[in-house]
Amino acid sequence: MSIFSYLLPKRQNTASVAKERLQIIVARERSTRGGPDYLPQLQEELLQVVRKYVPVDQDAVNVQVDRESGCEILELNITLPEG
Amino acid sequence: MTKIVVVTSGKGGVGKTTTSAALATGLALRGFKTTVIDFDVGLRNLDLIMGCERRVVYDLVNVISGDANIKQALIKDKKVDNLFILPASQTRDKDALTIEGVEGVLNALRDDMQMDYIICDSPAGIEKGALMAAYFADEAVVVTNPEVSSVRDSDRIIGILASKTRHAEQGDGDIPSRLLLTRYSPERVENGQMLSVEDVQEILAIELLGVIPESQAVLNASNSGSPVILDTDSDAGQAYSDAVARFLGDQLPHRFLTTNKKGLFGRLFGG
Repeated sequence: MSIFSYLLPKRQNTASVAKERLQIIVARERSTRGGPDYLPQLQEELLQVVRKYVPVDQDAVNVQVDRESGCEILELNITLPEG
Repeated sequence: MTKIVVVTSGKGGVGKTTTSAALATGLALRGFKTTVIDFDVGLRNLDLIMGCERRVVYDLVNVISGDANIKQALIKDKKVDNLFILPASQTRDKDALTIEGVEGVLNALRDDMQMDYIICDSPAGIEKGALMAAYFADEAVVVTNPEVSSVRDSDRIIGILASKTRHAEQGDGDIPSRLLLTRYSPERVENGQMLSVEDVQEILAIELLGVIPESQAVLNASNSGSPVILDTDSDAGQAYSDAVARFLGDQLPHRFLTTNKKGLFGRLFGG
């Protein structure tokens, strides 16, 4: 830090960008943790099928497995674009 | 009661071996009989950090395969009493590590050698070596740098610790896992260029064991083969010392989290 740094514009706060990106990716990875190994593949193939008909983002398809008292529930969420 | 502790991280180069060496040395300094085991089969390095690389005769795989017994393979530290090193082998055969083999070594350290603590220095990654290092652990230290890939990998490892340890498989629940944040630079955090300790804690959501500042002392220590915790004048050495005290249950405030405020002269001309 010298006298010149006070005159220069402040550098971008990259730490907050890092935190935001991490929060999103970590939440996504946690949601599939402990699930069956085929889950990522299933998600990828579902995404391809949906994309045949509707243009959607990479994270538009969300697959999740929940365990409830003896049975497993495969939850599938597809977010379609507005309009 | 022997406690088995795994030092892990997922990502490589974040300070697992430095931390294993410091933690083991710190525990031994406090009178606990401690062995530190290098699980990085094929890429042995703990011996260098501990400064005993020229005294390695037998290694972990030799003990597992029965070529040597635990007494022959353990290297007694020359600087610190109660401290022993079990090096990794340089063989490339990762299958040399088996659950039964590792269990046998740990049992021998507990029953025959009467260890208080066994520190397992995990290799990077989530392959067999890392899983073996973690499997029998009673406690975990997750080493993380304030940097995106390290934090993400640590989260992955925390997930694995929650399901792939013996305690987890037996239904004893999660083993206690604590975060050790290394290479921390308060100046860069204050400038908004580095994730803060609060940021990392918020994302990983595990208890904080310590924060080790980025320090020249760490390289000096590995250069000379003397664990940095023995450099009691250094910031990193003191931070590791604090972390060992917290590991044993002491409540200590975290140090080295803020920059030293410079005077006017320093602010005008300082680097």
